[in-house]
Amino acid sequence: MNIIALIKQVPDTAQLSGTVNGLALMEDGSPRIVNPWDEYTLETAIQLKEAHNGHITVLCMGKPEAEEALKTSLAMGADEAILVSDPAFENSDSLTTARVLVAAIQKIGDFDIIVAGRSAIDGNTAATPVQVAALLDLPPISFVAELKEVDPQAKTISAVRLLDNGRETVSSQLPALISVVKEIGEPRYPSFMGIRKAAQANIPTWSLSDLGLEANQVGAAGSHVSWPRVSLPTAPEVTNEKIEGDPTEVAKILADKLIADQVI
Amino acid sequence: MPQNVFVWISQNNGEVDLTSWEALAIARQIAGDLGGQTVGLLLGQNVADLAKQAIQHGADSVFVADDPSLMSIRVQPYSAIITELVQTHEPAALILGASASGLELAAYIAAKLDLGLASDCTELSVEDGSLSAIRPALIGNLVAQIRFGDKLPHIATIRRRAFTPLEPDSSRTGEITPVGIVLEEADIPTKVESFESSSGEVSLTNAKIVVSGGRGVGGPEGFIPVQALADALGGAMGASRAAVDAGWIPYAHQVGQTGKTVQPDLYIACGISGAIQHLAGMKTSKIIVAINQDSEAPIFQHANYGIVGDLTKYLPALTEEFTRRLGK
Amino acid sequence: MDFELSEEHRMVQNMAYDFAQKEIMPIIKEHDRNHTLPVELSSKMAAQGFLAMCLPVRYGGAGMDYISMGIVSEAFEWADTSVRETLAVHLGLHTLPIFQWGTEEQKQRFLPSLATGENMACFGLTEPGAGSDVGNMNSRAHREGNHYILNGEKMWITLADVADRMMVFAKTDPEAGVRGITAFILERGWPGLTTGTIEGKLGARASNTGWINMENVSVPISHRLGEEGEGFKIAMGALDNGRFTVAAGAIGSMKFCLQESVKYATERKTFGKPIAEHQLVQQMLALMQQRIDLGELMVYKVGWMKNKGIRNTRETSMAKWYCTDAANTTANDAVQIHGAYGYSDEYHVERHLRNSKGATIYEGTSQIHQLMQAGYILEQRQDRPLRCELPAYDPDVWRAEN
Repeated sequence: MNIIALIKQVPDTAQLSGTVNGLALMEDGSPRIVNPWDEYTLETAIQLKEAHNGHITVLCMGKPEAEEALKTSLAMGADEAILVSDPAFENSDSLTTARVLVAAIQKIGDFDIIVAGRSAIDGNTAATPVQVAALLDLPPISFVAELKEVDPQAKTISAVRLLDNGRETVSSQLPALISVVKEIGEPRYPSFMGIRKAAQANIPTWSLSDLGLEANQVGAAGSHVSWPRVSLPTAPEVTNEKIEGDPTEVAKILADKLIADQVI
Repeated sequence: MPQNVFVWISQNNGEVDLTSWEALAIARQIAGDLGGQTVGLLLGQNVADLAKQAIQHGADSVFVADDPSLMSIRVQPYSAIITELVQTHEPAALILGASASGLELAAYIAAKLDLGLASDCTELSVEDGSLSAIRPALIGNLVAQIRFGDKLPHIATIRRRAFTPLEPDSSRTGEITPVGIVLEEADIPTKVESFESSSGEVSLTNAKIVVSGGRGVGGPEGFIPVQALADALGGAMGASRAAVDAGWIPYAHQVGQTGKTVQPDLYIACGISGAIQHLAGMKTSKIIVAINQDSEAPIFQHANYGIVGDLTKYLPALTEEFTRRLGK
Repeated sequence: MDFELSEEHRMVQNMAYDFAQKEIMPIIKEHDRNHTLPVELSSKMAAQGFLAMCLPVRYGGAGMDYISMGIVSEAFEWADTSVRETLAVHLGLHTLPIFQWGTEEQKQRFLPSLATGENMACFGLTEPGAGSDVGNMNSRAHREGNHYILNGEKMWITLADVADRMMVFAKTDPEAGVRGITAFILERGWPGLTTGTIEGKLGARASNTGWINMENVSVPISHRLGEEGEGFKIAMGALDNGRFTVAAGAIGSMKFCLQESVKYATERKTFGKPIAEHQLVQQMLALMQQRIDLGELMVYKVGWMKNKGIRNTRETSMAKWYCTDAANTTANDAVQIHGAYGYSDEYHVERHLRNSKGATIYEGTSQIHQLMQAGYILEQRQDRPLRCELPAYDPDVWRAEN
């Protein structure tokens, strides 16, 4: 079974603190991690690999430092990793990113399934995986919490999706693209053997010309949206009021205040 | 010159997702600035009377696609109909609520039609004749202003409860036009096998009031009083990642970076320390109340009201008081 | 001279710290409060391959090097000393000595089940009346045909009451002082062999510490490690490994204490400003970093020496002495910075303070190490070549399947 896993490297939000804010975290050189949702992407891909004797190719579009995220993927159990990187790709919106990923996927060749994470914690559009599916004319199955049956021979898949108001079981055809949420399973730690292999692995980088794309199809030039201004949110004015007393007193005071605030 | 604003009216089993009404409200403003009309797009099975509701909530007209193949929301048949309507009628903008389905549908349509998409917007306006959006990024630690290119329509999904719906006006009338399906059932690869509703439970992302439990509740039984308080307030119950990872409560309740983002009027955090990843999911709540044994817990810095104390004592007292006041 | 961690080492570091953060931190306070050993952690550690990480693959190990063992020790103790202690005694003090001194038959027999964690192991050297003064031990072993009969008591033994295998030391020649000590591998369940737990420790509460009692325990000759009279050298060699993990662990503890202190000091305000802006607090933070920087250099040099097969008893002793004292001082300052909150177990620093005191006592008290160092300086002490040296790290050999 040929599995393609899409991952992204994102700023390490665990480093946010009183002294490190969102803008600082976006700067070059600040700590990066595998997108938390993509740990589940990798776990899902590895479970599929183990169940179906499959082969995983991990694909990541990013700056050169994103190679570290790919090494981690290999250490977890992926077979191959490819970095798609070019200064021309910077400032791509989700659709343009999808276009680049699609070019890379087509260069990789045949696949039975593409696995992605629900969204990336920096942009959080949740759009790119769905757009990859749209461009490849694959059925997208998003917010997958559980894979019920995957049959690469019969080319069928059934999964449970986590929607806002319940759980939906769907069936569809392979090849398909799925995006996963946390419930799919706990991501395993890289094994020592995986670490050894990953440290020695050679990860190719595919650039704009390797993908056969033009500069005006990618990056800011190829995007329909841009974000000219990114700033820190204005801190809401919160007066921290401690309510003290025994439980019955506190309950009365709080109820009064919340009714006055018109939230209940 | 495109001036109309299309709004996807999201419905499930005859019940409209409230975000659709919020979308109609902001769409009217946008359409007003552009000099155009607000048009609802309603898809489903046996949904004719919902079209009238859409008019009452602000749509000037509604396109209705009513067919068994549209009974459940599926990206491919829904997108096929909406893209055809967009191509035929050339609106200036298309707005959808940022529900799970809305996010998927908007992204798919944007890709099929090669259009710009702004996701999860908290503000929408018209600047220099073009749609402009504000949205949070980096789990709420940044705010981005989004500018669209020239190609129309511009697509935006709006964050739930970021906009106020209009009061329904039963005197409003408008044209309701039926449209046909584009994809036959046989050509749709994805089938919905079943749906397990979690209602009876209030949906977290829609909720006006959320009461959440964290590590401090001590165990699965610790969520019983949390649920009781949520019930007394008519709210939804959430959880921190720590509680979910400990296996005390299912992941569907997780609020935070790898869980759900909520925007209630009132968020009560019980035994939650206030890690950045959790705050990411709830800090835009209008009023935050924190109850925790540890007076130094970071959550208190973000809470309007803080109670330092033992959950086992304060939760029942609060539940009793709110039950008394709200008569639930 | 390359001071950077290799890519492989960085990945090991990420993985180990991730494990510490996700598996140890959430449960450790509870176990520490209750003085219980987190048994579920041992099986997770085993599944991940930690228990035999620097052992060749053909014996069931992960084929990693000694520096990796140091990195993992650091990450574990960043969370708590108890988990690092398990690694120290199981891998450092029991498994590696068998790797160093065992016959091929013994290695085949003992190492695989130690590697998988099927058998957990401990190291029984200390006695109620003999800690620093190893040569004064009372345990006796006398030969009867192809068995030895062991009598004696060991005390303050980490994992004594849970381990399946115990490496114990007893005198086969009571007249010969340290040269009369012999090493044996004991198996739980043998007649006359009993164990128990010691309660009421100041620190390392989430670890099991206990006693081993031997009453006419019959030990087959197959279970004697090395020759008669080599026991002292075997024990000291084992301590070279254990001490290395202790020193590395101390670095982890110091990093945690510094990180927590910075977090607290930048948030907590007194007299109108965060306490991190008060100079006396800044001094404490600077000294913490200084100790970490110094300790790291020592610890990683020792790891490098072990990889190269260079005898490192002196350097290991120096690293252990320095790092454990430094960690104790650092934890003390961390509690001080946290003020009253540092005194409460709502925060983690008081646990590090209690834990760190133990490390200045076991595996050679700080005083013993100072005497050792003076011995080296005054040339009264010399490290002579051993009959069996700890194998150098050879990736090709260690990573081969057979």
